[in-house]
Amino acid sequence: MVVHVKKRQIVLPGEILAEGNKFKSGEGTFREGDKILATVIGLAEIREDSVVVVPLEGVYMPKPGDTVIGKIVNVKLTSWDVDILAPYLATLSPMNVSGKPVDPVKTDLRRIYDIGDLIVAKILAFDRTQPPVLTMKEKNLRKLEGGRLVRMAPTKIPRLIGRRGSMINMIKKKTECQIVIGQNGLIWVSGSSPESEELVVKAIRQIEKEAHTTGLTDRIRELISQKT
Amino acid sequence: MNSGSKYSREELLKNGIRVDGRGARELRPIKLEVGVLSRADGSAYIEQGNNKILVAVYGPRELHPKHLARPDTAILQCVYRMATFSVEERKNPAPSRRELELSKVIKGALAPAIFLKNFPRSTIDVYIQVLQADGGTRCASITAASLALADAGVPMRDLVTACAVGKVNGQLVLDPNDVEDKLGEADMPVAVMPRKRFITLLQMDGRMTKEEFIEAYKMAIDGCMEIYKLQRQALIERYMAVRKESEEEEEEGGDENA
Amino acid sequence: MHDVLSEIERRFIISLANKGRRADGRTLREMRPITIETELIKKAEGSAKVSLGETKVIAGVKAEIGAPFPDEPNKGVITCNAELIPLASPLFEAGPPQEDAIELARVVDRGIRETEMVDMEKLCIIPGEKVWILFIDLYILDDNGNLFDAASYAAVAALLSTRIPKVEVKNGEVKRLDDKELLPIRDLPVSLTFSKIGEHILLDPMLDEERAMECRLTIVTDKEGRVVAVQKSEDGVLSEKDINEALEIAIEKGKEIREKYFMPLLKNRGS
Repeated sequence: MVVHVKKRQIVLPGEILAEGNKFKSGEGTFREGDKILATVIGLAEIREDSVVVVPLEGVYMPKPGDTVIGKIVNVKLTSWDVDILAPYLATLSPMNVSGKPVDPVKTDLRRIYDIGDLIVAKILAFDRTQPPVLTMKEKNLRKLEGGRLVRMAPTKIPRLIGRRGSMINMIKKKTECQIVIGQNGLIWVSGSSPESEELVVKAIRQIEKEAHTTGLTDRIRELISQKT
Repeated sequence: MNSGSKYSREELLKNGIRVDGRGARELRPIKLEVGVLSRADGSAYIEQGNNKILVAVYGPRELHPKHLARPDTAILQCVYRMATFSVEERKNPAPSRRELELSKVIKGALAPAIFLKNFPRSTIDVYIQVLQADGGTRCASITAASLALADAGVPMRDLVTACAVGKVNGQLVLDPNDVEDKLGEADMPVAVMPRKRFITLLQMDGRMTKEEFIEAYKMAIDGCMEIYKLQRQALIERYMAVRKESEEEEEEGGDENA
Repeated sequence: MHDVLSEIERRFIISLANKGRRADGRTLREMRPITIETELIKKAEGSAKVSLGETKVIAGVKAEIGAPFPDEPNKGVITCNAELIPLASPLFEAGPPQEDAIELARVVDRGIRETEMVDMEKLCIIPGEKVWILFIDLYILDDNGNLFDAASYAAVAALLSTRIPKVEVKNGEVKRLDDKELLPIRDLPVSLTFSKIGEHILLDPMLDEERAMECRLTIVTDKEGRVVAVQKSEDGVLSEKDINEALEIAIEKGKEIREKYFMPLLKNRGS
């Protein structure tokens, strides 16, 4: 197997990453004959048995199991339409909120969630034949109240989380803020003071800008320590 | 048209030199910038000679009206428009038949490169706004649109690059400008996916022999390969700082990507 | 397209406004950074690109010779057209200008017309028959709020940079000469736009503030500080307090912007 790229080299769509049949083509790549090529601009990575390109840009594609923050944009008779900043509008039904069906004649869905509400939910199902289906039946899935909403490129979310949560846990601990991260690029921050919330927001913006640099965790730790 | 009246056909190519001082196989100066708009998902700006063109990409995103959506694939929608002030005589703001035709052929040039099937029932929208036109706008638009698509993170098999060839005083010339387009004997815009030299746009109007035709499209593809280098450069420049620091990280052995 | 602002975002903007501040650190009376570039489109007689924060608008001026309006036979004509092109926002659709674009164009036009920015009588070539017609075409390139001011500044700057051919009239025929001249400028309208959010009016609304607002107020002033055009747009109500406050700010800021951006453009035109 011939590998043409160095680890974390920037590659462009159509660029040949490797040749041979040993590796599988992973995220951000495709196979053409015996070649693996990049589909997006990103950082090439050779993993154990696959070649992957970590994208630098791109829209959020829903994946079952992902935690997302969504915005209620429409209340229908027996379900809500939820904007999760994906190419597809998600749907939430009362069954997946409380586990019990709701009689639309007796209950106005707006009393549960109304247009403009933000919720934390998980993607229950998504495939080519249906829009993303959300569930809120797990612990910690809920409607959000107060706090602030921040938007970040979904491709940079892993950096905000950090290896095994190292980055986000450090931020949470030092600012004493509640932070909920949606894989879809929405982040909710709630702290005891607007200043501590603002600090988290600043950290998020810096991480987004410097996502693929070294020493970022240290710089963010410094940023937060200065002000707390 | 005013622009044509300054030159006679003979003056277009004298002793191998064109009216703007170029040789027959020379491209106009090209400047490419990626990520120039804040709201678009991806964007790019190109200057090629006196052409100034801005491209924005939105998507993949929901398609309205819903009945246009295809169950197994995204659709690509291209809108090519020229500003009223982009040409010598003010252009009527309403889209002309030419703009509608160009929208369609540009879509045909870009679609084969995109993994449209990854995003069923959605749309990818490419908006092209010509701010100043000087011949070869559809090619310049395609070159920039390809970068805007990459900037948006739209998965593609390859970039798409475009270049035209004209025929002036019986001779083939690369990347004709507006005057050469209007007074020349033929104009052939071509777009390719550079890696395999797959042609995604091919048009010709004028008159060419079979030999001229073959020589012309080969010349156009060679021109495309030159422009492809500039496209790659423009994309990489955007992330140059990122790359440098990633290489440093590799030496330190840390990988913070969860 | 779903452009719903969440309650959390709305409340955040209002809570900041209650403290006299905004999400980007500005006070309620501050403009975002303005950059103006002129003469970027050579094929146009005049052109300008304005960035107001991340909002970007380009204006081009094309000059043609044509018939005057019958009720003003000795005056040239200025006409403004604006397009909210889909490049600029996920919410704009391709197609002919709808009411938002038309309102924008007409308000920009009003500011220019009512200040008599350009001496239209000097644009008359043959009275009753031939005058200069100036087409100002505005294209929104990037919508991050406050298109009214960005478009107005672009139109004004484009007019300041406009050069039209000198003409010669012989036997009723108009001949364009190679020599060019600048437009005769008499005044410099400055547009200032506010958003009403909760109890407050905010100058130069950015995107999220526009999404949270109840309505918008645009005030255009001339070089004497007189009011020449006003437009309340969108739904929602304004109180007299709002209007008085906006008026005061519009006159003060109008003077600042005129001096900082348009006077230099006017002075440096010859070069």
